[in-house]
Amino acid sequence: MREKAKILDKDTISRTLMRIAHEILEKNKGTENLCLVGIRNRGVYLAQRLAACIQKIEAQDVPVGILDITLYRDDLTLIAAHPVVHKTEINFDMNGKNLVLVDDVLYTGRTVRAALDALIDFGRPNSVQLAVMVDRGHRELPVRADYVGKNIPTAVNETIEVRLAEVDGLDEVVIMQKD
Amino acid sequence: MNWVRKDLLGLEDLSKEEIESILSTAESFKEVSTREIKKVPALRGKTVLNLFYEPSTRTRVSFEVAAKRLSADVINITTETSSVKKGETLIDTGRNLEALKADIIVVRHSASGAAVMLARHVSISVVNAGDGWHEHPTQALLDIYTLKEKLGHVAGLKVSIVGDIAHSRVARSNIWGLTKLGAQVTVCAPRLLIPPGIEQIGARVTDDIDAALKDADAVNVLRMQFERDEGNAFPNPLEYFKQFGITRERLEKAKKNIIVMHPGPINRGIEMSSEVADCPNSVILEQVTNGIAVRMAVLFLVSQAHDTKNEDTH
Amino acid sequence: MKILIKNGRVIDPAHNIDEITDILVENGLISKIAKNIRNSADKIVDAQDKIVMPGLVDMHVHLREPGREDKETIATGTQAALKGGVTTVLAMPNTQPAIDSVENAALIKRIIQNTAKANVLITGAITKGRLGQELTDIAALKKEGVVAVSDDGASVDNEGLFQEALRQAKENKVLVISHCEDKTLSRGGVVNLGLTSTRLGLRGIPNASEYKRVERDIQLAEKIGAAIHIAHVSCQESVEIIAQAKKRGIRVTCDTCPHYFTLNEEAVLSYDTNMKMNPPLRSKDDVAAIRQGLKNGTIDAISSDHAPHTENEKDIEFERAEFGVIGLETELAVTITELVQSGILDWSAVVQKMALNPAKILGLGKGTLSIGSDADITVVSAEEEWIVKKENLLSRSKNSAFLGCNLKGVVEDTLYGGEVVYP
Repeated sequence: MREKAKILDKDTISRTLMRIAHEILEKNKGTENLCLVGIRNRGVYLAQRLAACIQKIEAQDVPVGILDITLYRDDLTLIAAHPVVHKTEINFDMNGKNLVLVDDVLYTGRTVRAALDALIDFGRPNSVQLAVMVDRGHRELPVRADYVGKNIPTAVNETIEVRLAEVDGLDEVVIMQKD
Repeated sequence: MNWVRKDLLGLEDLSKEEIESILSTAESFKEVSTREIKKVPALRGKTVLNLFYEPSTRTRVSFEVAAKRLSADVINITTETSSVKKGETLIDTGRNLEALKADIIVVRHSASGAAVMLARHVSISVVNAGDGWHEHPTQALLDIYTLKEKLGHVAGLKVSIVGDIAHSRVARSNIWGLTKLGAQVTVCAPRLLIPPGIEQIGARVTDDIDAALKDADAVNVLRMQFERDEGNAFPNPLEYFKQFGITRERLEKAKKNIIVMHPGPINRGIEMSSEVADCPNSVILEQVTNGIAVRMAVLFLVSQAHDTKNEDTH
Repeated sequence: MKILIKNGRVIDPAHNIDEITDILVENGLISKIAKNIRNSADKIVDAQDKIVMPGLVDMHVHLREPGREDKETIATGTQAALKGGVTTVLAMPNTQPAIDSVENAALIKRIIQNTAKANVLITGAITKGRLGQELTDIAALKKEGVVAVSDDGASVDNEGLFQEALRQAKENKVLVISHCEDKTLSRGGVVNLGLTSTRLGLRGIPNASEYKRVERDIQLAEKIGAAIHIAHVSCQESVEIIAQAKKRGIRVTCDTCPHYFTLNEEAVLSYDTNMKMNPPLRSKDDVAAIRQGLKNGTIDAISSDHAPHTENEKDIEFERAEFGVIGLETELAVTITELVQSGILDWSAVVQKMALNPAKILGLGKGTLSIGSDADITVVSAEEEWIVKKENLLSRSKNSAFLGCNLKGVVEDTLYGGEVVYP
C-alpha cells in the first residue's frame, strides 16, 4: 500500500468538524436530547472532538458514548483475522434521545448496520443520525450519512485513512492505493 | 495478541499473553451483562453443546447463560458414566456431535485427559469444563479475573490455595495461571493431600493454615470433595475445619483486605465458617458474575479461532 | 534344505565369536561355521555388512490365545516375532482360560502345534485363575510341558502361598517368574507417581509398589533355595536390590523391556495411552539406572512384555485404557538404536541379553550358533533406518510405544529350524 494523495490537512479537518457540529445543532435544534456515540476506534475521537466543538458553540455538554461493534459484524466486515473485542461504554440513557453515530469513513455501510444492531440492544433512541468524516462511496446496503465531512469517490483498490493525533500522532486524511 | 486456538483444554500450555487476552476480552463481555438486553449476536447461529458426564449445576448453568448471551443455541447433555455401564465411547459421542454440525463442545468428565482426548478426535472446538483431577481452566480464569478486578494486578500477588490439592483441578489450573502471570502461589493442605512435585510447577507448600494466610493477598478455598470415595485419604470433616477451616479469627491474623475466594458450592462449617462466607472480604458471588464474562470470552475466542482456521484452508 | 549365510558379521557370545564368517545350514541344523564356505547350497543369504546372530529368545510375551484372539493369536504373534528376529517366545499364562490346569496346558499346546510359526514355550499359572488363592498343580503342569510358572499381571500376595509355590517349583525344576507389584501401593494408579502424575491429575504408582515386592520375593526365594526370575524391572531400587542379592550369591535373574530403557514418564504427558503400561514408565533417573543395570550385568535379559490390545481398549480415556504395549517387532531395533549406538552394549552383549541369557535362564539349548544346534538365526542390517507405522506392523494390535519413531536396525532374514521364515 502506498499513499496516493493527501486530501485533508489538520486545519481543514478542524474546520470541517466545526461545520458538522453546527449542522448537527441546526438539525436537532440545539443540544437538548442530543447525544453522540463514536464507533471504535477513530469514530470515538471524532465524537469527542464534535462534543468539544458543540461545547464551544453552545457552552453545553453533550454525552458521548463509545460503541464497539466487533460482536455485531457480519463476516464481510471482518477486517482483521482475529478481531479483538473492546469495551462498549454508553453510560447514559439513550431512550428518547437524538443519537448521532460518528465514524471516520463510510464505505459499504456494513459497519453502520452493525452499529444500529448494537444500539437497539441498548435502548430506543428517538432518532439515529450518522456523521462521518469521509464518504468514499461503494455502498452495499441502503445507508446514508446525515452529515459528511467530505465526499471522496474512490476505486475499489484504494482505501481512505483518516489519521488523528490522538492515535496516529497527526491529523490528515489520505488516499492509499493497494499495489 | 491474537487468540488462535480452537480449543481451551487447560492453562498449562497457555502463554502469559494468551491468558491476558482472555481476561481483557472478558472485560468487554462483562459490560454486556449490565445492559437491559443482555445479548450480543456474536455466536448467533452457532450451537454449543454442554456435554457433562459429571454432575454439576453451577458450571453448566454458567456456560449455558454465557452461550445464550452470545446468542448461541445451547443443548445440554448430562450423562453419567459408570465403569459397569460402558455405553458409547467419549470419542464416538464427540464424533456424533460433530456430525450434528455442533460448533463447540463444552465437556466435563471424570477422567483426567478426557478433554484432551476429545479435542484430538474432533475438529470442532472443545472447551474443558473440568476433567478429572487435571484442569478446570475457566474456573481459574474467572478466579484470576476477580483478583485482577479487585486488586488491579496479578503479578507480585501472594495467593494461597487451601484444600485437597492432590485431587483438585481448580488448584492445578490456578497454579498454572497465577504463576504464569507472576503471582506467588502457596498451597496449604494436610500432607497426604499435597501431590508430589507441586513445588516444581511453581507452588510453595505448607500444612500450616496460619502461615498460608499470613501476608496473603488472597486465599482461594477449595471444596472438600466428600463424594469422591477415597477411603482414609480424607480427615474427618470437623477435624478438617479445626485445622484448615477459614474462620473470622484466622482472617484477623491475615491482611486486613485479604480476598477470600471459593469455587462453590461452599460447605459452610467445613472449608470456611458461615461468617466468613458472607463477610465483606468474600468475593464468592462476584466470582459467579465474572464466570459469565470469562466464559463468554472463551466461547467467543475459540469460535473465532475455529472459523478463521477454516477460512484459511479454503 | 541347504542354506548358506555368507559374509555376515557373526556374533555368538556362547563361543566368543565376533567375526566375519559364513554359516551353513543343513537339515534344520547349523552344520558348519567357517570363512569362505564353498559348499553348494539351495539358497544363499547375502549377509554382507549385516549382523548374524542366534534367533532371539523373548521370555515375556502375551499371545492372547486362547480367549482374546481379537487382540492377537499364536499365529499372528509368532509372525510378528519372526519379523522382529525372535524365534523363541515364552507365552504368559494370563489367557482365557488361564493356563492353570493340565487341560488348559494341553489346549494351548494343540494350538501351538497347529498354528505357531515360531517356537512357543508355555508358562503355567502359579495360582488357579491367577487369583492368588489356590496353587495350581505345578508338578502336573511341568509334566504337560510348561517351562516356567508365573501369575504375571499379578503378584501372589499371600507369602505362605508363594513360598509353597517356590518350593514346588524348585522340586519340579520349574522356573518361577515374578511380576512384582504390591497392589496396596499401586492402588488403582495408572502412571508413575511423581511430577507427571501431578501434572496430569492421574493416580500414581510409586516405585515402592515394585521394589518392595522384589525384596520380598527374593527373600522368600533365598529362604527356599529356589531360583527366581524378576520380570520387567522398571526402577532404580529394584536394580539395586537385585544387584545386592546377586552379590550375596542368591539365584536371582531379571529382565527389562525396551520402553524402560528408552522412555521416561514425560512420554505420558500427552495422555497417549500407548505410553500406558504396568509397571509404568518411570523417571529419568530410573531409566538411567536400568541402562546402567544392563551395562554392568545386573539385568540379565531384555524381553518385550508384548501386550497387544485392541483400539477399543486403548483409544479411550487414559484411566480406563488397558495397560500394555506390543514390542516383538521393535525390541531389537530399539535396543540397537538406544543401547548399541550409545555404546552401552556391544553386539555380544545384545545377543546375551536377547538370546543367550534368556535361553540359559529357561534351561533351553537356544541362543547359540553351536554346530549341531537348531538353525534359529537372525540377520540384521544394523544401519538401516525405518519408521514404525501401524500399517507395517504384523501384530494384530497396533499399540506400540514407538509409533512414529525413527529406529535403526532392520531384520532382513529370520531362519527358524533351518528355514527362512521371514520375510
